[in-house]
Amino acid sequence: MKRVLNKVFEALLPLLAVPVAFLIGAIMLLALGANPLEAYGAMIAGAFGDVSGLTQTLVKATPLLLVGLGVCIAFRGGVINIGGEGQIIVGALAATAVAVGFKEWPGLVLLPLCLLAGVLAGAMWGGVPGILKAKLGVNEILSTVMMNAIAVQLSNYLLRGPMIDPKEIEAGTRIAQSALLPRSVWLARLVPQTLLHSGAIIAVVLAVVVFIFLWRTTIGYRIRAVGLNRDAAKYAGIKVPFYQALSLILGGAFAGLAGAIEVMGVQHRMMENLASGYGFSGIVAALFGSLHPLGSIPASVLFGGLLVGADKMQRAVQVPSALIDTLLGLVVLLVVGSQVISRRRARRRETRG
Amino acid sequence: MAELFTLPVLVGILYSGIRLATPYLFAAVGETFAQRSGVLNLGVEGIMLMGAFSGFYVGMKTGSPLLGLLAAAVVGILMGLLMSFISVTMQAEQGISGIGLHLFGLGLSSLLFKTTMGGVESIEGFKAVRIPLLADIPYVGESLFNHNVLVYAAFLLVPLSAWVLNKTTLGLKIRAVGQNPQAADTLGVNVARVRYFCVCLGGMLAGIAGASLSIALINLFQENMTNGMGFIAVALVYFGGWRPFGVMGGALLFSFVNAFQLWIQVKGINIPSDFAIMMPYVLTILALAFATKRAQGPAALSKPYERGEN
Repeated sequence: MKRVLNKVFEALLPLLAVPVAFLIGAIMLLALGANPLEAYGAMIAGAFGDVSGLTQTLVKATPLLLVGLGVCIAFRGGVINIGGEGQIIVGALAATAVAVGFKEWPGLVLLPLCLLAGVLAGAMWGGVPGILKAKLGVNEILSTVMMNAIAVQLSNYLLRGPMIDPKEIEAGTRIAQSALLPRSVWLARLVPQTLLHSGAIIAVVLAVVVFIFLWRTTIGYRIRAVGLNRDAAKYAGIKVPFYQALSLILGGAFAGLAGAIEVMGVQHRMMENLASGYGFSGIVAALFGSLHPLGSIPASVLFGGLLVGADKMQRAVQVPSALIDTLLGLVVLLVVGSQVISRRRARRRETRG
Repeated sequence: MAELFTLPVLVGILYSGIRLATPYLFAAVGETFAQRSGVLNLGVEGIMLMGAFSGFYVGMKTGSPLLGLLAAAVVGILMGLLMSFISVTMQAEQGISGIGLHLFGLGLSSLLFKTTMGGVESIEGFKAVRIPLLADIPYVGESLFNHNVLVYAAFLLVPLSAWVLNKTTLGLKIRAVGQNPQAADTLGVNVARVRYFCVCLGGMLAGIAGASLSIALINLFQENMTNGMGFIAVALVYFGGWRPFGVMGGALLFSFVNAFQLWIQVKGINIPSDFAIMMPYVLTILALAFATKRAQGPAALSKPYERGEN
């Protein structure tokens, strides 16, 4: 019984991070002259209060969950993937290019092909840091951040040049966005009159798949072994560099898919700022879900709600939505800062026997 | 391409290259201290943003860039304190806590900017100080000796830091704590205190690095104006082999490539500007690929220390 209670306590510990962060947020709101109760009320009502808010929350939760799944795999493999932002961008670019390039093809073929293009582009974008890590020991945190910056420039170039919507040139407005995707690759709407699309279902199914992959397959076991103890894994004959590269490639693949789904489900064309911070918030969601694929589902919904609610709060009490970015940062600091408590408790139990 | 290799352009590249190295130097030398003591602070970018904002805001309100600089340094120290509390006292995984600090700084600086100013304004900032005689050297004089005081300070920081790290007792303690904290602890060095000191020093320099953008080089504040510089600064520490002079070499290489790409755009040479902007980032990845095999980092880098372990 005591062991179960201990486990429950440790699983709930990261959850404390959100109320604590919000308490700090309340102090900031007071300092800004806003009523915290009113602000948070507007936020919660906006994100979860009605069908429109709830569906928007789920729309935002979808890319968070997909990026978060990639983050789970990478972190479980002991590598840190900060490259979600860039991987989303190249995934979206690849899906757009395929959809616009082969728009005559039947949707039954084209739609999966677009998703695949997103996956492959993301995998490639995660693969460069992955292979550099495996072959040369290059710090993956830094290389993934650089790959983000490179992806932004690549996207700027393509959307102003080769991939720009021909209509934008005709009209002379030259807004940096691609042509509209053919309707055959638009993801089906789940609730009429809202943006909620079938990508949300894909994401939840994949969360279960990732869970099975990490805990029920040999490759998943090896990835976790490398992450838990690199040296022990090496002695056990596991090729550590290979699995580190694989974790980063898979992480990239999921973020690339998130980009493809965002473009095919929500925007229906590639544009600047499509990734809009999902690459970073996805990390927060995964961490908050204790780096567990199934835990990432509710965590993504929560943080999706925060992103939606932040906009509503901004309109209700005139506090910039940047407050939420600040709170996300605090949540990360609190979650990783509190992990030591679980670790110490675990060790105390061990020494007591 | 030939129009890039005329004398005025080369002198211009030299001038901008020196100038642009300033924020990288402050941030990367500060990060060198943190990493030599065993703490990987990935939140440099967030600290730079907070430094850039507070430096600008105080500079604007008081009309004194010097007070702005002071404010940026203090805010940098506070951010460093937060990072050391999470990483040293709470022994958090440093890669992730750094990302948390970055998000925090990014969010808070935008929040403060939007609530206090709202729109982009510019201020006067530090003025260039021309060093007599030296600045009269033909061609290179103006490029090297006609800068604002932060540019000179950034370059003076390099030998000073090398001296502190290699020749003083404090430097010895820092290196010992980063290399073998158990041994240092046994000899009576307070591991946590040394790490707190180094991370806060790094934070202060990162804050100044941010302010060097907003009150000395660009003289305005924009949301996310550092645009990845803080992360590049962390990469420069690896590239420079954890030595101040190595870091300076990396910062110069980097800022010259940056100056070069700016001049490519100024001269309207037929390379899409997006690719020109991409160059420094590609270069960082290449630099990391070549640097990593060469130098060994501090043995205890990014490993939290706790007494009685092992």
